Amino acid sequence: MVGSASASSHGNDTFPKILSHNAKVFGSRTAFREKDFGIWQSWTWSEVCEEIRAFSIGLKSLGLGAGDKVAIVGANRPRLYWAMIAAQALGAVPVPVYSDSVAEEMAYVLGHAEVKFAVVEDQEQVDKLLSMSDEVPSLTNIIYDEVRGLRDYDHTHLHGYETVQEKGRQLQANDGALAGQWAEGFFGGKGSDIAVMLYTSGTTGRPKGVMLSFDNLAVSARNANVFDHLDESEEVLAYLPMAWIGDHVFSLAQAFTAGYCVNCPEGMDTIDVDRREIAPTYFFAPPRVFENMLTQIMVRMEDAGKTKRAMFDFFMNVARKVGEKILNGEEVAFGDRVLYRLGEFLVYGPLKNRMGLTRMKVGYTAGEAIGPEIFRFYRALGLNLKQLYGQTEASVYITLQPDGEIFGDTVGKPAPDVELKIADSGEVMYRSPGVFVGYFKNDEATESTKTSDGWVHTGDAGIIAENGHLKIIDRAKDVGKLNDGSLFAPKYIENKLKFFPNIKEAVAFGHERDMVAVFLNIDLTAVGSWAERNNVNYASYQELAAHPDVYSMVESHVDQVNRDLSSEPMMAGAQIKRFLILHKELDADDGELTRTQKVRRSFIADRYAPLIEALYDGSTSKHVRTEVTFEDGRKGAIEATVEIRNMETHDVGKGIQEAAE
Amino acid sequence: MNAFATEMSAEPASVAEAVPREELLRVDNVSLSFGGVKAITDISFDILKGEIRAIIGPNGAGKTSMLNVINGFYHPQQGTITWQGKERRKMKPYEAASQGIARTFQNVALFKGMTTLDNIMSGRSLKMHRNFFWQLIWRGPAEREEIEHRKKVEEIIDFLEIQAIRKTPVGRLPYGLQKRVELGRALAMEPDLLLLDEPMAGMNLEEKEDMSRFIIDVNQEFGTTIALIEHDMGVVMDLSDRVVVLDYGKKIADGPPEDVQANQNVIDAYLGVSH
Repeated sequence: MVGSASASSHGNDTFPKILSHNAKVFGSRTAFREKDFGIWQSWTWSEVCEEIRAFSIGLKSLGLGAGDKVAIVGANRPRLYWAMIAAQALGAVPVPVYSDSVAEEMAYVLGHAEVKFAVVEDQEQVDKLLSMSDEVPSLTNIIYDEVRGLRDYDHTHLHGYETVQEKGRQLQANDGALAGQWAEGFFGGKGSDIAVMLYTSGTTGRPKGVMLSFDNLAVSARNANVFDHLDESEEVLAYLPMAWIGDHVFSLAQAFTAGYCVNCPEGMDTIDVDRREIAPTYFFAPPRVFENMLTQIMVRMEDAGKTKRAMFDFFMNVARKVGEKILNGEEVAFGDRVLYRLGEFLVYGPLKNRMGLTRMKVGYTAGEAIGPEIFRFYRALGLNLKQLYGQTEASVYITLQPDGEIFGDTVGKPAPDVELKIADSGEVMYRSPGVFVGYFKNDEATESTKTSDGWVHTGDAGIIAENGHLKIIDRAKDVGKLNDGSLFAPKYIENKLKFFPNIKEAVAFGHERDMVAVFLNIDLTAVGSWAERNNVNYASYQELAAHPDVYSMVESHVDQVNRDLSSEPMMAGAQIKRFLILHKELDADDGELTRTQKVRRSFIADRYAPLIEALYDGSTSKHVRTEVTFEDGRKGAIEATVEIRNMETHDVGKGIQEAAE
Repeated sequence: MNAFATEMSAEPASVAEAVPREELLRVDNVSLSFGGVKAITDISFDILKGEIRAIIGPNGAGKTSMLNVINGFYHPQQGTITWQGKERRKMKPYEAASQGIARTFQNVALFKGMTTLDNIMSGRSLKMHRNFFWQLIWRGPAEREEIEHRKKVEEIIDFLEIQAIRKTPVGRLPYGLQKRVELGRALAMEPDLLLLDEPMAGMNLEEKEDMSRFIIDVNQEFGTTIALIEHDMGVVMDLSDRVVVLDYGKKIADGPPEDVQANQNVIDAYLGVSH
């Protein structure tokens, strides 16, 4: 199964080899772009090859060799991507790290990975690394891209990216055979060598270093390219953290194997503008991004003139009715087809242009469940947005939605070469060429995750529906039971709640308890805009969250969720009996969310223990004091009296009737 | 132990002490009065090339008047000003500007309806050589010149990290960002001396930290000499190489921050003693 025919690589099994192949085949095609000084600067494949060679030879002269680990810290920049290949060409292993993680988290990862070199973006990251040199004794050299502010630093072990490259170029000029020797070096490499180590953000415990081989990445990437017909003409925007497997596969593995162009935005704040300028053909975003784009459009439409709004509403109704059918190639009445065409000209086209999705061939969303309304909105516009289910340990792909088989509540069929099964415990398991080699220095975790015959425990509970599509219910370890024996799947309930634009986060409790109760966070953008329109004054999140009208609005959302739950026999027992709106937003700085914005359930349970107690003791309000960390690292505390509301539940089956009406 | 740790965390080598610096501007016995009000009395100090020079003092001490004298807005009744070795005659602010003195203001003075880009571009106007006629024809030399200037402006935008607001009218920006745009416009002149009148006024802690970083970077990267007025003592003590202290229009102290901080006259002026 490993190395299937469809993904055969003709000996190009490592990225340095693929690079030199691309430099020959796609030599003058644009490989990378970065917006700098207001202009898109670009590099062709042969230029990229030269840049990487020079940097790689420079690194070698500084003492980097096979087996060494190289940390990559910073925002998406061509040079940082190149640094990964440059390291791989020497047999070293790149370890991309989340650049926004606090020093303590980063120090753990770098120390655990025993990095010898670090290639970083700028002074901020240099300072961070210098401050942790005691925890990372293996670190000998730091290379920075942006010289600014670093001129006066001691440069014994600190080097500019260009200086290192310059050194590499000089060495090549002095010795004509050097470039050849460099290439020979990596042509001896094997596909089974470790390509990269990615640390998982870890909802529980310390991050684990997932070791992926070149075969893992290259085979998965080639399979995905074939699946979605991606070739060298694609354009992608590299804007998600480089330490995340998704970015590593979309912006590096797939880009190299297909030969398409990777565009790096000017900065984190300019992504919207940059996306509009590039108009990516292959686009990946977590649900959050799609939600935000939709919210922005809706807020703007609220402010638009009457005619525009009427036109938008009319054509969006047309799109909701027939857009998805047209996209799936189903039969649609002639009149509707004409109307949809007109809508494309008047509304959908301009909207897509505004979002920078005009040229999008395929778009994916994953990581979290996306709201069905949001998902449908984009598909109705004619955008081929699909869902996938993946993991770092699988080199992303486990299941994918094939074109024309899109269902909101499932995550698709097994990706090419992936075998899927549901364990007796209900846990989803898979086996594929993308399955990781192991966790770095953690055999215990490797053994408990990967069976001896190559099956991997995903940690997610799911079912395979009749149509062969996988449906994820929850984290396997989070699925619990209420005291009356009903199934309690917190994530499932939370996602239903979060599909309402007004609700940003939800945390459900109920395992080994009498009933289900939830914490909610309102969405400040959506509710704030509502407050503005309804003349509701507020000074802070806390004040808005406690507003009685907001509570009533949220209460109606919770009721809707209960109605939905009652229509599903398996879930009907887990309807929400009580809820409260938290007095502060859950924040990664306070440890309540992971860096990828996932809720840390057990941490929250500890931190807000008095509130949970109040949820279950029947009281209608509770005074709490919570310590918070400000952006500059100082601590403070906020106090509030939080209201708790009771909810009616619906009878099983009654919801079905109403839903059918 | 880790050799890397000890070597790398060593303080940046201080170049300042090693090379004796050249004098950029010198103020000798300057006095300025408005009618009967004496704003500045007999003040002398110098600004050396490449340094960050702070002018501090309680409210009404004559700090802004001093800046206005330096950039030619006021002409002192007495005393002389020596700019790059030559004694300066009475001049208009734009003449001072074309000689390489740029400034920002206590209250933001930008073109509110124009974008960030256009505002900074306006800072290049003194460097535009093509006349009105050429600008009208546009194609050819004027266009090429504009592209050159735009390049410079983009460097400044990149430097100040304001790419995201490039096309935003400055009137819509928060105050902290407006201040940054104003600094950008002053930098667009590629000045030899940059005068900053309370660059941190009204800013929160984070904005202050950003602005301090930019001021240090401007000084280090472009080698621009900076004279600044600031009330935040923490900022002044951290940023500046030398500090001159004014009180009631008179100079009461002059020297490195730590000396000035310990000076009894300065302490009295700030805490207030009966005169």
